[in-house]
Amino acid sequence: MTVTKDESGREGADDEDNVDNADGEDDMSGGDKGAPDDGYVPSQRRLERERYKRTRARRATAIAALSTLVTGAVLYLVVVGAPGWPRTKETFFDGQYAREAFPKVLEGLWLNVRLLLICGVAVLVLGMLIAVARTLRGPVFFPLRVLAAAYTDFFRGLPLIINLMIVVLGVPALRLQGVTVDPVLLGGTALTLTYSAYVAEVFRAGIESVHPSQRAAARSLGLNNRQALRFVVLPQAVRRQVPPLLNDLVSLQKDTGLVSIGGAIDAVRAADIIVGRSLNYTPYIVAGLVFVALTIPMTRFTDWVTARMDRQRAQGGTT
Amino acid sequence: MHLAPRVLRRAVAGATVALLATAVGCAPQPEDKAASTPSGSSANTCAKGKLATEASGKLTIATDEPAYEPWFKDDKPANGEGFESAVAYAVAEQLGYDKSAVVWQSVPFNKAFAPGEKTFDFDINQVSISDERKKAVDFSSGYYDVRQAVIALKGTKAAKATSIADLKGLKLGAQVGTTSLDYIDDVVKPTAAAAVYAKNDQAKSALKNGQVDAIVTDLPTAFYITAAEVTDAEIVGQFENRGGAPEQFGLVLDKGSALTSCVTGAVDALRENGTLAKIEQQWLSDAVDAPVLK
Repeated sequence: MTVTKDESGREGADDEDNVDNADGEDDMSGGDKGAPDDGYVPSQRRLERERYKRTRARRATAIAALSTLVTGAVLYLVVVGAPGWPRTKETFFDGQYAREAFPKVLEGLWLNVRLLLICGVAVLVLGMLIAVARTLRGPVFFPLRVLAAAYTDFFRGLPLIINLMIVVLGVPALRLQGVTVDPVLLGGTALTLTYSAYVAEVFRAGIESVHPSQRAAARSLGLNNRQALRFVVLPQAVRRQVPPLLNDLVSLQKDTGLVSIGGAIDAVRAADIIVGRSLNYTPYIVAGLVFVALTIPMTRFTDWVTARMDRQRAQGGTT
Repeated sequence: MHLAPRVLRRAVAGATVALLATAVGCAPQPEDKAASTPSGSSANTCAKGKLATEASGKLTIATDEPAYEPWFKDDKPANGEGFESAVAYAVAEQLGYDKSAVVWQSVPFNKAFAPGEKTFDFDINQVSISDERKKAVDFSSGYYDVRQAVIALKGTKAAKATSIADLKGLKLGAQVGTTSLDYIDDVVKPTAAAAVYAKNDQAKSALKNGQVDAIVTDLPTAFYITAAEVTDAEIVGQFENRGGAPEQFGLVLDKGSALTSCVTGAVDALRENGTLAKIEQQWLSDAVDAPVLK
């Protein structure tokens, strides 16, 4: 059979879609549903083809369902039938420990959430400043550009855990007057340093992805460099950067737990404490699920923002 | 181009079949270890040097890395120096394994308790015996009666504490997963939540930096820290045992291990013939006594 590229790319996943607008051939004007007034009568061959495609779609769905069921059943049997399953179950899925851990993990999670909110804002501001510093034009800004580049290179390369160790345990050792020794503040500072380097690169990529003609057009309208950046370039850059930024935010949310190096009790450390006492790992599972539950809404939000922006762009937004 | 999905599908189907086959293939295997024998009533008669160990003819002993003083010396468990290293070799000898038949293995604290196949015969890592932990692993009988102590920098308010009530208003720190932390939470019940560290090293740094007022460790560690590591710190005092029974360190074995009763027998024998007391005298004699905080 001759299949156009358009059809062959569709298997299983969007079968329904396939059935709905089964005018897959490019012989018609797009979206044409055979409206009654245009005198179009589908040919025998076309009806045949549509029927065939419908049966294929049904068959694909059935096979997908069956293979999912079989896979699920086999996985279940393998896990539950494993010789170590009873021990695993009582070590990782103990209701009593889950109940004990849940409130403590939530208490710890409050620290994660606060850190996420405050560091998130700080990271966005600092990251934007560094990105702008890196994209400044003109020889006078050379040292600033070099400094910003050095900063991003260094902090993107430095493992976060080492950064935290140095800031949380090293800075207080200097005994500087007026500098806090609070491990949470110091940990937040370390997180901000590392993540603002990531985010600065995201912003910079966004700024540089705006076509030079945009800047030229802005300048020709009489805007100076700063205004062109502020009113023309940055709005486009930031809009394009939302998905990767939210990605970094989700990642930051999970890394906030690392401030527990300094002795602060976050969700994971709260679980750790119970695990250490009881040698039962259920609290880890609880903490893991709580984090996932916190991340899912954020991920959905990211997807929604991305989809919305794609729609806007498809309607002839600035690209 | 229209071939690609078909090829892909075949590949996926093939992979799935292969996966299922592997899964079925590696499903239930009979456990070759006699895990079903309840501890304490094993049929094994503890024949000298003939136990059902991980590696036959060898005794595999695990501890964490780094191994701290005064329990081990120079981070080398195999040198027989330091309290726990000496105890491990004494137990091995009692079981009929001489020094050359002992193999050391580095196993992190948390991994030593994970369910599943153990790679060692027993773990010696200052693990306190508790009924709750007995649900997860087997313990030998206790080889050391341990007490918890409070350390603070000299001349601070914390260093002047003479009672548990004096500690209540302070910021205390301890290592996660230790009974030291339980003493803070259950005995002192401070107004500020305890700072919890992954390792004692970080707790020491925090003490030096003034991020905590005092830290709690076991007494021998406390003596070592104040004598060698943080010399401007001192021991404020020690706690009484909770609930009357002394807290003890025990050797950790796999849950239901066939060796538990033999190892327990060996530890008991060493206690009775005075070997444990001698080793303690040799390695922990510095840890004399500290004022008791009531």
